[in-house]
Amino acid sequence: MKISSVKIISLLFFVLSAFYLYTAYQIQVFSFDENAPFNAKTFPIYLGFVGMFLSGLKIILPEKIKEEVDHTVLDYKKVIFLVIIMIFYGLTILRAGFFLSTSFFLLFAYYFLGERRWKLMLIFSFPFVALFVFLLHGILDIYLRDPFLKLLGIIG
Amino acid sequence: MIEGILIGLNTALSLKNILMVAMGCFFGTIIGMLPGLGPMTAIALMIPITWGFDPATGLILMAGVYYGAVFGGSTSSILINAPGVPGTVATSFDGYPMAQQGKAGKALAIAAYSSFAGGTLAAIFLLFAAPSLSKVSLAFRSPDYFALMVLGLTAVSAFSSKGQFLKAMMMVVLGLMLASVGQDTLSDIPRFVFNNMNLSDGISFVLVVMATFAMSEALTIILKGTDPSRASKAISLTQLGSIKLDKDETKKMLKTIPRSSVLGFLIGVLPGAGATIASFLAYGMERNYVNDEEKQKFGKGSVHGLSAPETANNAACSGAFVPLLTLGIPGSGTTAVMLGALLGFGIQPGPRLYMTNPEIFWSVIMSMYIGMVILLILNLPLIPYIARILAVPRTFLIPMILFFSVTGIYLMSFNTFDIFLMIGIAVVATGLRLYKFPMPPLILAFVLGGLMEENLRRSLLISDGSFSFLWDRPLTAIILAFTILIVSWQGYSSIKRS
Repeated sequence: MKISSVKIISLLFFVLSAFYLYTAYQIQVFSFDENAPFNAKTFPIYLGFVGMFLSGLKIILPEKIKEEVDHTVLDYKKVIFLVIIMIFYGLTILRAGFFLSTSFFLLFAYYFLGERRWKLMLIFSFPFVALFVFLLHGILDIYLRDPFLKLLGIIG
Repeated sequence: MIEGILIGLNTALSLKNILMVAMGCFFGTIIGMLPGLGPMTAIALMIPITWGFDPATGLILMAGVYYGAVFGGSTSSILINAPGVPGTVATSFDGYPMAQQGKAGKALAIAAYSSFAGGTLAAIFLLFAAPSLSKVSLAFRSPDYFALMVLGLTAVSAFSSKGQFLKAMMMVVLGLMLASVGQDTLSDIPRFVFNNMNLSDGISFVLVVMATFAMSEALTIILKGTDPSRASKAISLTQLGSIKLDKDETKKMLKTIPRSSVLGFLIGVLPGAGATIASFLAYGMERNYVNDEEKQKFGKGSVHGLSAPETANNAACSGAFVPLLTLGIPGSGTTAVMLGALLGFGIQPGPRLYMTNPEIFWSVIMSMYIGMVILLILNLPLIPYIARILAVPRTFLIPMILFFSVTGIYLMSFNTFDIFLMIGIAVVATGLRLYKFPMPPLILAFVLGGLMEENLRRSLLISDGSFSFLWDRPLTAIILAFTILIVSWQGYSSIKRS
């Protein structure tokens, strides 16, 4: 018997709710609040039970229409690439600064999505981000930590 | 009320706010035209921008985006049979056949005039309904609010996607779980933070909206290999023809608009129903109203068939503001995003908003009229040009959406943890979307989570831990009866289908 993906997701949700419920019971409340009608863990405990009940229902009840997704037509490769460069963007934004990390993020994202018009790619990365930084820093006066631009003496 | 209208006009007619409405309508139209990206994405992307403005201006901008997105959705429905937003699916039934008959300009004009009339009439209803309802809602107590939130979440789950009630309810629970992360509002006890300092303040609302809508929609587009800009390319190549309507067409519209406006507004006020249901109901209702000869034209380019859903979806958009402005409880995912933004400004919408922040209350209502005028006089003639601007390939469009999402979050907290958390939530949301787990209930639950817990706490403390507060007050009991009705109806429909 093949278990449908929706049932697997529901099962994961059931486990998540059970873990949430367990964590809710571990919340340390003040001793005078322990027997109060409502304390910091009351609502999460209710939520945990409701989550387990609903996902349990979804697992038990029969499915009328099997909602399977054709994975062969999905482009996982590009999505994984995008997620990786977003993580890399997050890792470098403080170290390399906003300007460089954002420009490279955009450049790589265009490339991974199949764009090969380098002129346009360059225009919509470095000059575009420079304009954005000018808008933020120069006009809206929003401080941006950027060691690279600081090194160049562009921002203080 | 006259004083309020004057305050609203004064605020809404300032140059800055007119510019904001115009910008919002323009930006919303662009996003609305792109199939796959809806008004919630448009509003989500706008939130970081609104932080720099005063609350009235921020809300005016978001309201403009909302209307613009619905209008943009109609355009792609009519011209290329690709509804940008679910609320405009019914528009394509008669709009697209009309465009195929070489009357694309006329179809767009009918849609624009109907939207304008529907939105304007609904804004007038709102003008009268909202203050009266505000006064009534002052009588609401914590148990009533709690019951109302339960009703709202149940209704959104029931109506957000057909036949997916259990999935939607699971998303509600997930939204409430996410909202419970961070310090407890009353005792400051940390919950679900796992010794991570970054979570002690809870998860940012903007982060969740950006992750579940803007970012996840962008990833879904890439995953499915769809090209939203294809739609705009096709629109930009369409020959519109004349936008002038003849007497007969105008007469038909004048008959349809009033009844569809009333229906749309009433549906919009109901929690969870919104523009999609309003447009389908209006289409169905109109078909029953017209004579047999007109009935034959439905689906083949009927003026009634196009005007009815367009009037109703715009009226519903205005109607959706009623529970938000008067009770502080959003009735739809889009208004939930607006509620979150208002909370971010430190403003608690609800019955007292009418008294404490009249400039916000009235200026939003007034800006609706201005938005409608802008959509009519600016967007209608500019559609082919807007579409041309929009014919940006997805290789540029998607990275830009991701960039604005990540930057929006980074500029709010300057904390990279938020970026990683957002990526994580977006990946999970993309997976859930694939299997048709609806996202609007999650957002609504996330926004209402804190308020819901607060009202449940008060209710339980007042009743000394007894759940009798659920039936002690007639109002609470009535609201809960509606909730039970919705759940029973969903259960019955499910059994019937199987």
